[in-house]
Amino acid sequence: MITVEHLCKSYRIAKRNAGFSEALRAFFHREYEVIEALSDVSFTIADGEMVGYIGPNGAGKSSTIKILSGILTPDDGTVLIDGRVPWLDRIRHVKEIGVVFGQRSQLWWDVPVIDSFELLKDIYSIPQETYRQKSEELTELLDLSELLRTPARQLSLGQRMRCEIAASLLHDPNILFLDEPTIGLDAVSKLAVRDFILKQNREHGTTVILTTHDMQDIEALTSRIILIGKGRILMDGTLEDIRRAAGSAACGAADGRIDELIAQLYRSYEI
Amino acid sequence: MDKLCRGLRLYRHYISINIRSAMQYKMSFFLTAVGQFLVSFNVFLGIFFMFQRFSRVEGFTYSEVLLGFSIILMEFSLAEMSARGFDLFPRTVRSGEFDRILVRPRNEILQVLGSKFELTRFGRMLQALVMFVYGIAKSGVTWNASKVVTVLFMLIGGTAVFSGLFLIYAALCFFTLDGLEFMNVFTDGAREFGKYPVGVYGKKILLFSTFVVPYALIQYYPLLYLLERRTEPIYIVLPLLACLFLLPAYGLWRFGVGRYQSSGS
Repeated sequence: MITVEHLCKSYRIAKRNAGFSEALRAFFHREYEVIEALSDVSFTIADGEMVGYIGPNGAGKSSTIKILSGILTPDDGTVLIDGRVPWLDRIRHVKEIGVVFGQRSQLWWDVPVIDSFELLKDIYSIPQETYRQKSEELTELLDLSELLRTPARQLSLGQRMRCEIAASLLHDPNILFLDEPTIGLDAVSKLAVRDFILKQNREHGTTVILTTHDMQDIEALTSRIILIGKGRILMDGTLEDIRRAAGSAACGAADGRIDELIAQLYRSYEI
Repeated sequence: MDKLCRGLRLYRHYISINIRSAMQYKMSFFLTAVGQFLVSFNVFLGIFFMFQRFSRVEGFTYSEVLLGFSIILMEFSLAEMSARGFDLFPRTVRSGEFDRILVRPRNEILQVLGSKFELTRFGRMLQALVMFVYGIAKSGVTWNASKVVTVLFMLIGGTAVFSGLFLIYAALCFFTLDGLEFMNVFTDGAREFGKYPVGVYGKKILLFSTFVVPYALIQYYPLLYLLERRTEPIYIVLPLLACLFLLPAYGLWRFGVGRYQSSGS
């Protein structure tokens, strides 16, 4: 159970105009702008739910994921995940969650993937027998047997992403955060990843929170969508709700393609 | 206790994976290690030629200076080899790798230490070891149990002080998002500065290096004991006292982690 209430987070960002003299001036006197990354964000997610968290770039998706996974401390508001406050109880919290950052690797670059898995086994203190079972299961489901003995740097993006997902599930977490897991993947890899996430959710009851810009991901995976823009929650509902809202905003012009719908929706909210 | 064992086991695993990574690039590994060896050799030559002209510096003979320097070099190498992860920490923060560290259920310091175990520093270590043995052989010190213990304590305390400096350097990244080169004044600087017993630089420097950054505790005072210019037993344990330097360093680190802002998406 994830409960988020009145979450606020702002960043101070240094601003200056282009040019060398401006850079020099900023060196001595820096001007800051405060950006509200999140303002008064609240939602609850039940165990075993699969939620799509969408919004344009810079809407606050990553900030939310980072707060929920204990990386960042919010300025204000409360988060309770299975009774734990992520940033206060970091170590106990992160044992129970898995995180995949689509744009960053967690595998050791120069050694075979299996070596990274073995290291994770020690990091999470996974008992030998549990580790064996889990890694066999993941190897089969994600079709990794050919990849495990290859160094991570020599894998294709799709192959690597499958390994990344396996790596974040070795310790059998209850909650899985996926930050753009299908970014840059080809059609086959995308389908394989989606298929696996769906199975993981159905068979293990893993709660999945997914951020993405790929609306087909949303369509294929999630029944519930939270739409965020400029740090605020704009909508929390099913795909049908999104369709309806976008449809009315566009005065019936939307033709049902989901990307169009979402773009329409972003425009109507001016985000 | 169990926690400590698991920590050590994980650290060993990190070292092993670092070695396996480094071995992927044999030539680069080999050349860097040789380079490291030669660079430190330079420093030794500096002292050597200096003493061709002067027979003593502020009452210290060549072999006595050499002993002090070889111990500092050894301490620095030990700290640098194990705490290299802090040295590279600006990169870890900028690339967002620190996010990954925070989502792992282990102590952050252990993970940063494990993220980069610089095996090529082995070259410098070897140089330090050669100097250390040479320094001890040349020093003309008559060894007894308490002097051996003193040297051991110097190694422990010195490694702690240098590791503490690396830790402070890393902690400052949380505030600046970039490394601060001026910190090298204290780390690399101290190594150079440690060529001569700290006392020769005058009273003010001696005070600074006793109470602020305790170099004197790990070099000057115990050296006086080794050379029998001081005989009070307190001089044996002074180097251990220098380990206290780790406390404020750790405090700054904890404060920094709490303020961590992450970067990018």
